[in-house]
Amino acid sequence: MHPAASVIFFTTASGAGYGLLFLLGLAGAAGLVPASLAFGLVGFTVALGLITAGLMASTFHLGHPERAWRALSQWRSSWLSREGVAAVATYLPAGLFALGWVVFGTAGGVWGLFGLLASLGAVATVLCTGMIYASLPTIRQWRHPLTVPGYLAIGLYTGALLMALLTAAFGGSVQIFLWLAVVAGIGVAALKLAYWQSIDSGAPAATAESATGLGRLGRVRLLEAPTTSQNFVMREMGYRVARKHAHKLRAIAGAVGVAAPVVLLLIGAVAGEDADVVPLFLAALAGSAGAVVERWLFFAEATHVVTTYYGAEAA
Amino acid sequence: MTSLPETATARKLGLVIDLDICVGCHACAVNCKEWNTGGHSAPLTDWNAYSGTESSDGDDAGAWGVWFNRVHTYEVGDGAEGRTVHFPRSCLHCETPACVTVCPTGASYKREEDGIVLVNADLCIGCKLCSWACPYGAREYDHADGVMKKCTLCIDRIYNENLEEVDRVPACVSTCPAGARHFGDLGDPGSAVSQLVAERGGYDLMPEMGYKPVNKYLPPRPQKKTCGATGAPSRLEQLAAEAADAVPGGAPQTTGGKFLAWVDAVLSR
Ligand code: SF4
Ligand code: SF4
Repeated sequence: MHPAASVIFFTTASGAGYGLLFLLGLAGAAGLVPASLAFGLVGFTVALGLITAGLMASTFHLGHPERAWRALSQWRSSWLSREGVAAVATYLPAGLFALGWVVFGTAGGVWGLFGLLASLGAVATVLCTGMIYASLPTIRQWRHPLTVPGYLAIGLYTGALLMALLTAAFGGSVQIFLWLAVVAGIGVAALKLAYWQSIDSGAPAATAESATGLGRLGRVRLLEAPTTSQNFVMREMGYRVARKHAHKLRAIAGAVGVAAPVVLLLIGAVAGEDADVVPLFLAALAGSAGAVVERWLFFAEATHVVTTYYGAEAA
Repeated sequence: MTSLPETATARKLGLVIDLDICVGCHACAVNCKEWNTGGHSAPLTDWNAYSGTESSDGDDAGAWGVWFNRVHTYEVGDGAEGRTVHFPRSCLHCETPACVTVCPTGASYKREEDGIVLVNADLCIGCKLCSWACPYGAREYDHADGVMKKCTLCIDRIYNENLEEVDRVPACVSTCPAGARHFGDLGDPGSAVSQLVAERGGYDLMPEMGYKPVNKYLPPRPQKKTCGATGAPSRLEQLAAEAADAVPGGAPQTTGGKFLAWVDAVLSR
């Protein structure tokens, strides 16, 4: 599948934003971080900023961005529509929670309840994002039991990296979030390794023989494509990354996205409650870069069954 | 509404494509393009229509455009069992297509009355998700209009009372010079198309996707390895010899014959 920059940016930025919002909601309600003006202002600006920037980016690849509101209408059948509804609905408790924190200086009581609702909304939205991909039978690498957990885990991981940085800068239990990030990072690595192993050895969803129904007569291969030039389907669905590049990029995603941040986090852990912001800032940066590489691969490694009409033996 | 009709539609209008007959002339695809670029989903935009180049990285250089029907050609089987099969491919108007249910806006829908799958261009936001959900590559995005386009089963022909009754069939069906395309109600077991499917073993493409395509494909008939007794001689040399005997002046294929023919040609200038 063609890896569109806008969708990669949207899913990684909003994933991190929702991850952070999820943790702000829980930590605020539980009193793990101070409900100070600075923490609230920076925390909500980063979380809601990433979410909003991501949502805006996702409308860039639309043919008619001005009609984007229509996407809220078909939540009965469409995961994309559900994602839109969940995203919009999450703004309400998130906004109220931010209001209590920033203006009234409290994240407890009824404001804490809004925090928990915002956390719930964050999980629901990322779950819907994952389901958009996991519900497509045409792409076996996406219709996979680890697709949704992958989206959730990476959201939590990148959110925890940001939360660790925020607590180092503005107070709160650095160690909790720092270790949460370490555990989430290792979890992401394990999950992606299992996922990559599974898609590499998975059976194809369709073959040129089943696509044409001509397998009964023997092996099927493309003699002539419909046109001498490319078309929309070939460009959108035909993108394929070379296997050796994919393996290199997986290693890069692991090294930059998990290994480097974990080392930096451990440097932070040694310093105890007054961990320096610098290694944690670098950890957040590296973790996000790794998430982008992972998301690029998620698209580039996905093979669509329609390619079997255009010369692929199987997909 | 992108939820599918609650029960299977009673009428299932669709196509039956005979892979034994198709000669791969692309006339159906061309007439489809011609009709539909002025029809329900008009225009079917082309880019760089006169360009012969295509950049290797797949950017917008080179000719490309929106088509609803595309003809592939496959080589099937090996050696003496091998054959060439021409394979037209368009929307199959599936009974349970995810292209409809994934649509977030309600632009994609399946009609209750005849099962035709359409896009409402006034609602479509151009998110392209439906094209990802179609296993058959039937949906093509129009970058100029910013909306998704697809085969309408020529909805503006089949119900068009301004056309002669015989022309109220999809453009591809009316144009096929080989008679490889049939249109009708596949929900009615007594219809001509349903009977053709039953008789010839018509089948679904990629049934493992679970979309239940309405359009059916008729398989190529078994290859003929022997010929019937027609009374024709088995070798042509024999015929040539007989023909030579019948012509005064002898056999044309001998050197002398060629020389005489040359002399004849020179003298008659
Ligand atoms: S062929 Fe594709 S576009 Fe047509 S109904 Fe089936 S899934 Fe939808
Ligand atoms: S491109 Fe248009 S028709 Fe297709 S899913 Fe998106 S809104 Fe629906």
